[in-house]
Amino acid sequence: MNAGLINELEKLLGASSVLYQLEDTLLYEYDGSIEKGRPDLVVFPESTENVSKIVKLAAKYNVPVVGRGAGTGLSGGALARKGGVMIVFARMNRILELDAENQRAVVQPGVVNYELNRAAEPQGLYFAPDPSSWKSCTIGGNVAENAGGPHTLAYGVTANHVTALELVLPDGEIVRVGSKDGDAAGYDLTGLFVGSEGTLALVTEITVKLSRKPEALKTLLAIFDTVDDAADTVVDITARAITPSACEMLDGWTLRTVEDYIHAGFPMDSAAVLLIEVEGLAEAVSAQAAAVTEVCNAHHAREVRLARDNAERELLWKGRKNAFGALGRLAPSNYVLDGVIPRSKLPQALRRIQQIGEQFGFQIGNIFHAGDGNLHPIILYDPRDAALFERAREAAAHIIRYCVEVGGALTGEHGVGMEKSELMPLLFSDADFDLMRRVHDAFNPDCALNPGKIFPLSKGCGEIRIRKSAGTTATQR
Amino acid sequence: MTSTSASFSANLASLLGPSRVLTDPVACGAYAVDETIPAAVAKPASAEEVAEIVRFAALEKLALIPCGNCTKLGIGMPPSRYDIALDMTALNKIAHYDPGDLTLSVDAGLPLAKLNAALLEHKQFLPLLVPWYSRSTVGGTIASGIDSPLRQFYGTARDFLIGAEFVDGTGKLCKSGGRVVKNVTGYDLHKLLIGSLGTLAIITRLNFRTYPAPLASRGFVASFPSAEGALTLRRAMAESSLTPLTLDVVSPELARLFARQTPQTPEAAVFAGESQSSDESFLPPVGDWFRPSGWQLCTAVAGTPEVLARYERELMRLATNSEAISTEFLDETTRPSLWGRLRESLSMLLEASAAAVIFKINILPSHHAALFASLRQIAIRAAFPHALVARAGGTIYFALLPTSANDGNTTLLAQSATQISDLLSASNGPAPADRGHATLLFAPPALKHGFCVPEVSSGHAFCVQDVSAGGRLKSAFDLQGIFAPGRFF
Repeated sequence: MNAGLINELEKLLGASSVLYQLEDTLLYEYDGSIEKGRPDLVVFPESTENVSKIVKLAAKYNVPVVGRGAGTGLSGGALARKGGVMIVFARMNRILELDAENQRAVVQPGVVNYELNRAAEPQGLYFAPDPSSWKSCTIGGNVAENAGGPHTLAYGVTANHVTALELVLPDGEIVRVGSKDGDAAGYDLTGLFVGSEGTLALVTEITVKLSRKPEALKTLLAIFDTVDDAADTVVDITARAITPSACEMLDGWTLRTVEDYIHAGFPMDSAAVLLIEVEGLAEAVSAQAAAVTEVCNAHHAREVRLARDNAERELLWKGRKNAFGALGRLAPSNYVLDGVIPRSKLPQALRRIQQIGEQFGFQIGNIFHAGDGNLHPIILYDPRDAALFERAREAAAHIIRYCVEVGGALTGEHGVGMEKSELMPLLFSDADFDLMRRVHDAFNPDCALNPGKIFPLSKGCGEIRIRKSAGTTATQR
Repeated sequence: MTSTSASFSANLASLLGPSRVLTDPVACGAYAVDETIPAAVAKPASAEEVAEIVRFAALEKLALIPCGNCTKLGIGMPPSRYDIALDMTALNKIAHYDPGDLTLSVDAGLPLAKLNAALLEHKQFLPLLVPWYSRSTVGGTIASGIDSPLRQFYGTARDFLIGAEFVDGTGKLCKSGGRVVKNVTGYDLHKLLIGSLGTLAIITRLNFRTYPAPLASRGFVASFPSAEGALTLRRAMAESSLTPLTLDVVSPELARLFARQTPQTPEAAVFAGESQSSDESFLPPVGDWFRPSGWQLCTAVAGTPEVLARYERELMRLATNSEAISTEFLDETTRPSLWGRLRESLSMLLEASAAAVIFKINILPSHHAALFASLRQIAIRAAFPHALVARAGGTIYFALLPTSANDGNTTLLAQSATQISDLLSASNGPAPADRGHATLLFAPPALKHGFCVPEVSSGHAFCVQDVSAGGRLKSAFDLQGIFAPGRFF
């Protein structure tokens, strides 16, 4: 890496805020996905102005820049596919304002989702997007990936809760889009930048809506003897227009693994469970819980349990949210997929995933946001076994292709990143790519920001326009 | 018709057939935008035909403006060029509807009322109860970015538009998003189309998530001698567990307009969850329970009988605490008269004055009381009748309603508009980050021309807040500038 750039960055930020030794940068070459991409330099700015200056320096030395929050992403979005400078937002972690009356918070991108919720709780407020990684993931990362979570079924994803952004463009310009209120004159630039996976701008400040905590909440655990019955229940709940705030499914194989580890109280002998939550006015919640129970029973639920208290509820959710961790006990690594299908297609999709697993020789677990058709099949593998790893990737591609075939999409909440860039042509035509490329180039014309993401490499510009500086070793697998 | 327009009209006719191209000036006059009349109207019947027309326009450097039933073309700046109106009403099918998935794909030219009638057969609906409801098309509603009283509960279109198909400035059919309720595949370009006034692309199809139609509903109106009382009740509701469907604060002047006028539009029956044909009918008059002398807080709630009973108790208690001078619960026979008018507030205000000017002002709710007082002073200073509705917390529609459209009034309106802009950026007002912004939503063309200064980023006229970022996007979609030129910048 260019000594001149290191020198200038150290002068700007201090030596303790710039990492470039291999043993340091290695820590930043992975995230929660199966991808890798090592940065040449890692920097920790504490202000928007310094982010802007870093971006300008990187441009001067012609190296790309990638932003990173907590590195919990599941598509390789925060990895340095083309090397260069990684800006880690860990030190921009202040809640700048919490305006309870207007239900807004202004935060820096490094604020952890959980910390924002903890700060809002005394006012009876919370930030609705709740990815499983909420205890460590950052709001900046949530914005980049347009993160979801179990309760987005009723409350929407990150884009629905962001009203304004401060951004640093690749030329170092600092711009603000949106408004605190939410309705901005002109194009909905906030809507474009949320979920753009760090390919258009770096987000340095975020204004979010805070939601009021509901007065009542009931958590139900419905236990089924067949996966089909559980899937049919989800279809029926949707079709009857019952709107739970969350509707999660865990299949039997997965929940036995989870139960061994977390002891959440999941039944060890069932084929599938649904974890369903209803929220709102006390009167509405009782009626909804009754309606949900009726649908579960109509589809042969063996039992529908109501969480007796908050402790039992939290245990059930702990089981759900830590399930991926629990699976780590079975294999060195797991590959969490993220596909989305029309909800009416759920039963056939689960059968197809089972078939694909058998075809490729994997036991595929399913633990996912059933209520909005957002599948998360999990494939266990050993990354040291190259052939097995390739087979896992192939099985995953088959599942994602199937999602598209039945009218779904490549990713519901994890993002395209590196993981799915080559699958994008399944959904998008050349005309679609041309337009997306022109929008990309309107803000990031030289691919200086997060190159090699979203677009298939053959349609990308990273190779062409970003020249790697001398002495850099290839970081791409 | 000039010789150039005659030759391109002939070319259009050869593309679509003569019956789907209008060149008669009277017929074209119906598609005028701020008094500019197009030379021709083309009526494509498919997305492919739209793409063909755009390719033709790109080749000939002709300016296109897409329209549905032309109800909201007054929004935006006057076009700098306008050769062809693209009448999208022949694209009017529901392309896909999966009631079991609550998702929908619909052609841009279908009227919302017809769409909702089809959805209500499955006890579902699209929560876009916008002004000119019985005529507004889905595409026009999205392109105009207009909101509806239901945004209090359901949000705006950006919260339920899940995908779109559209023709870009190169004449290619493109898409973004999809037909699933949760999707982060690629850029959310469809969100950019909301409120784009046809400046980015020609929308051919839109995908939405649909919602279950509300169960039985009730309306509630509380009257107050001053705005403060209504705002106190609104704040108390925001701090409670209540989740109403609509929440509007109405000034006495608008209330009097509601009591006086009967808009020629049927009620959208979605609150009751029953299907209703969209044949012409009138809203019933508001009853004598409506007391137009005061400020009103109007809210609609829905749910089971137990939930409605709870709302009645809570709303009565909160209204009493806020010192309401009267309260009224409305059932499904009395409610439509008021909710139809709330929905039609903008169309009624425009009908009330030939020189009406409507500002859309967005500012956080905690600043509303001070702002209402200042707006009122500005209107009184100019001696203009005025009216106001604050919708769903943050959005304020403020109308100045001169009795005639003469030059003196235009000057006074321009002064008032400048005062409103100054008010929002005043140093003794809210902190810079909290400052609101005003958009000149509807105004006579003469006023618009004298007013928009795109270089100024205060957003006090119909100018985007960040021209550089918006301009970059415009070029990405429409490099040649053939889509609705001048309407945004």
